[in-house]
Amino acid sequence: MAAPLLEVRDLVMHFPVKSRGVIARTVGHVKAVDGVSFTVEAGQSLGLVGESGCGKTTTGRLITRLQKPTSGQILFEGQDIAQAGPRVLKPLRREIQMIFQDPYTSLNPRQTVGEIVGAPLVIHKLVPASQRLARVQELLEVVGLNPEHYNRYPHEFSGGQRQRIGIARALTLQPKLLVADEPVSALDVSIQAQVINLMQDLQREFNIAFLFIAHDLSIVRHFCPEVAVMYLGKIVEKAPRDELYEHPKHPYTKALLSAVPNIEQAVLGGRRERIRLQGDVPSPINPPSGCRFRTRCWKAQDICATTEPPLQKVGAGADVAACHFPEQ
Amino acid sequence: MIAYAIRRILVGIVLLLSMVLVVFVLFFASGNPAKSVCGKFCTPEKLTQVTKVYGYDQPITTQFGEFIQGLAVGRDYPVNDAYRAALEKSNPDLVIHCAAPCLGYSQHDAATVNADIAKYAPVTISIAVFAFIFWIFFGVFFGVLAAVFKGKWLDRILVGVTLVVYALPTFFVGTFLLQYVAIKWQLVPYPTYVSIADGGVGGWLVGLTLPALTLALFYMAAYVRITRAFVLESLSEDYIRTARAKGLTERVVLFKHGLRAALTPLLSMAGLDFAALLAGAVITESVFNYQGLGLLAVIANQNSDLPVLIGLVIVAGAAVIIMNILVDILYAFVDPRVRLR
Amino acid sequence: MSRPFLSVANLAVHFPTSDGLVRATDGLSYTLERGKTLGIVGESGSGKSVSSSAILGLHRGTNAQVSGEIWFDGTDLLSLSDEDMRRRRGKDVAMIFQDPLSALHPYYRVGDQISEAYLAHNQVSKRVARARTIEMLDRVGIPQPDRRVDDYPHQFSGGMRQRVMIAMALINDPILLIADEPTTALDVTVQAQILDLLQELQREFNTALIMITHDLGVIAEIADDVLVMYAGRAVEYGATRDLMTQPAMPYTWGLIQSIPDVTRSVDLPLRPIPGNPPSLLNQPPGCAFFARCEYAQFVPGDRCATTLPDLLPLSDGHLKRCHLDHDLASYAVVETGAI
Ligand SMILES: Nc1ncnc2c1ncn2[C@@H]1O[C@H](COP(=O)(O)OP(=O)(O)OP(=O)(O)O)[C@@H](O)[C@H]1O
Ligand SMILES: Nc1ncnc2c1ncn2[C@@H]1O[C@H](COP(=O)(O)OP(=O)(O)OP(=O)(O)O)[C@@H](O)[C@H]1O
Ligand code: SF4
Ligand SMILES: [Mg+2]
Ligand SMILES: [Mg+2]
Repeated sequence: MAAPLLEVRDLVMHFPVKSRGVIARTVGHVKAVDGVSFTVEAGQSLGLVGESGCGKTTTGRLITRLQKPTSGQILFEGQDIAQAGPRVLKPLRREIQMIFQDPYTSLNPRQTVGEIVGAPLVIHKLVPASQRLARVQELLEVVGLNPEHYNRYPHEFSGGQRQRIGIARALTLQPKLLVADEPVSALDVSIQAQVINLMQDLQREFNIAFLFIAHDLSIVRHFCPEVAVMYLGKIVEKAPRDELYEHPKHPYTKALLSAVPNIEQAVLGGRRERIRLQGDVPSPINPPSGCRFRTRCWKAQDICATTEPPLQKVGAGADVAACHFPEQ
Repeated sequence: MIAYAIRRILVGIVLLLSMVLVVFVLFFASGNPAKSVCGKFCTPEKLTQVTKVYGYDQPITTQFGEFIQGLAVGRDYPVNDAYRAALEKSNPDLVIHCAAPCLGYSQHDAATVNADIAKYAPVTISIAVFAFIFWIFFGVFFGVLAAVFKGKWLDRILVGVTLVVYALPTFFVGTFLLQYVAIKWQLVPYPTYVSIADGGVGGWLVGLTLPALTLALFYMAAYVRITRAFVLESLSEDYIRTARAKGLTERVVLFKHGLRAALTPLLSMAGLDFAALLAGAVITESVFNYQGLGLLAVIANQNSDLPVLIGLVIVAGAAVIIMNILVDILYAFVDPRVRLR
Repeated sequence: MSRPFLSVANLAVHFPTSDGLVRATDGLSYTLERGKTLGIVGESGSGKSVSSSAILGLHRGTNAQVSGEIWFDGTDLLSLSDEDMRRRRGKDVAMIFQDPLSALHPYYRVGDQISEAYLAHNQVSKRVARARTIEMLDRVGIPQPDRRVDDYPHQFSGGMRQRVMIAMALINDPILLIADEPTTALDVTVQAQILDLLQELQREFNTALIMITHDLGVIAEIADDVLVMYAGRAVEYGATRDLMTQPAMPYTWGLIQSIPDVTRSVDLPLRPIPGNPPSLLNQPPGCAFFARCEYAQFVPGDRCATTLPDLLPLSDGHLKRCHLDHDLASYAVVETGAI
């Protein structure tokens, strides 16, 4: 069997925390990503959801190798790129691209749209200079922008249009994997839908695999057949979308889903179990022992404080969850 | 907080040392300094002697080491041990002790660089401090006014005037003040430097007014605009809206919430500009013919008096670095986010 | 008939700029009773914040042109002097804002910022204000309030900062609270906590609440009435249930449809509203939504392009601003599958 497009094994990223003394010493680590494993098949999408600070963006940055992981493996088409140097990475940068959350700050305000979208072509010397303009205009057209706007600057565009520019830039090199870090969070609902549809069309057309990072659970459900839920640097549940949304196994997933406001139930009434998590997410510097969710979990028992639950199969489907007392 | 201050000071010392090294190497790499000391009628024998007496025959590393040692604990001149020992017996007056921090010895002036600088510095520092007070007071005052009355005629006038003043060369402003205000209209006595010892505080201040004003005007104009921009930016912050929404009076909103945030970045700029001001005093001093560090620099340059030039550069650099440290520490004091990091 | 507790009538807020007049809000009217919640939804830039800040008089002293009437508890707020308005601000009417980090002053302790609001309206000593502050922090669910009161904003998490803002807003027991996207910057779990807290406090003090958001889900959970804004105007207004089950005009349909719907097959694309919101400068005559509207073709003639539709009642208390025929509108609801 061929290797999956992307396989991540035990990915770890610890950021050192410096002391405040005269001589700064490392006094601890922010365990931003702490043993994360998953696979993404070619042309497929994996959703990554979780609360702010749980390590989603860091995971994305590690996979695109904007940062070097502390340990673990990142197998891209079978090749481990976790610790690879610039020479190995350069050709791979064409294959793995990233779309950023903030359409307002992720584009250089002093470059024209043409320069932004065409930059990767220049860097990788893929297309002769004479054909660059044509290629960039083609890309602008693909993402639904007017190719004539080649010479305009980002500030002349609305948020949704800027995000399209960001997507066009990511598409320039025809990547096999796109890491989309909250690509629509900063946009209005009506515009969100435009951008999501665009990404879905592109995915089908060019067979691009997505690692789709978001905190909006309903959009992830729409976009990703498989969803992983992160909590404090770890994946606590991973399941096919229907399984996850209909029968969440991990208490955290359940709480997360129940916190999403639901128009139908609010307006029409109906049975709805409300789960309210208390307090804040604990610090990733000193995560709780055993199960990291136990401090906010209503099911926690003694064992949760002593033993870390492994990510294992729960129920009949493909659902895996890391919990001593999963929902059945 | 204290740990932070200590760390900043340690970093400052390292910076200072590296700066001294760079200056030293730059100046000494530019040829045999003995040549300039030796003068016009230099014979090879004289050159050799000078080179030896002043220690220029030593490897540059040794010279640098001794220079640093001088900075730390002071040293005696001439540097050649044997020669100095002989001199001590024959003519002890010619042996000069240069106390720490010893910046060197100027053969040309036959005095330590410290003594040279100490002679000229009071004038410059007086002008600079006076100018600093002028410029901060009026700059910030008019800047805040302009921001509060944004778009009104007062704002427009202030902005217009500062634009003109900003564009005027210091040289021109100084000459104008001297020729018209002092000489033609005689609104103030002809400016000369009077030390406090000679003329008392009053005389000292009167003597400083015109040069300080000359020096301050440019910065004042700049600070009106900078203050205005900072205050406007601060007043458009979300927390100002919150302060208004609480029902605080406009006065409290402006002075307590608005200015605090606006003046903090100003603090760091002012600190650095003050250090630069010391250097900027050169033109002013020459216009008014005051005997300040600017003049010393000009003279030293004319005479190719390397030790004095090195000393001046080090003093100027030290001023910048020290102001930097001061500003950082003050900043940490004002902004809790820096303090707790 | 007595006047409603809060009644906004024909409110307009215009900003003269170098590019021309920005009509951020125009002809806006709504009412609200004590203990009730009005939700205001609309896209970014539709005038939600601008119109609500007018209630607190936050446009005073700027170049904004505010006109209309805002009757609140028997007085027209727009006719008050600046000083009288200031006395009511933060006392009878309070506001919380979207981004709690930037809404708090970074240089002052949270406790001082909260007590300041109390001291501004009560002749009490600092000690009393501090005690009251700690009580409020406790009330909004901040653990160890007597210790946290001396912390700075950056030492709090996002959710806790918003709690601080709520404590600050409620310290003088206001009778009207305006919450401008209080949860947009927060995680869903924290959003749920904050919404619960707001509702609980509202019940306790019988406060009227204006909840501004662009999340229809939030509106559905907490609002009694909804006002949908587009390009500075109300385009639909009615009881939450009516509006959500029988939305009456194309923009509201579009808003509801663009939310991914759990009951629809995920293989179908989402249904966005095409295009972008119009500029508020030089608005063309006619319906502001016309350029993006897929239903204008069903309106006879070129009325959509030439005539601004009025906000007209559809049924009791349900108003819409749209030329579309009512029968056709109900047909469209069925066709588009709005709930
Ligand atoms: N360069 C860094 N140095 C130190 N800590 C970091 C660094 N980058 C991220 N972190 C920390 O790692 C944790 C995870 O951050 P990350 O940005 O991955 O979270 P996230 O899930 O993307 O959150 P959000 O939803 O807010 O974007 C956070 O606690 C963050 O403070
Ligand atoms: N001082 C001002 N001068 C000129 N235009 C302004 C000013 N303040 C606001 N506007 C404009 O008024 C319009 C409405 O802004 P408002 O902040 O009310 O939008 P909103 O509905 O709250 O949007 P968001 O969801 O982004 O908060 C915007 O187009 C904005 O650019
Ligand atoms: S008035 Fe016309 S353009 Fe406006 S929403 Fe109704 S149908 Fe569409
Ligand atoms: Mg992130
Ligand atoms: Mg707003």
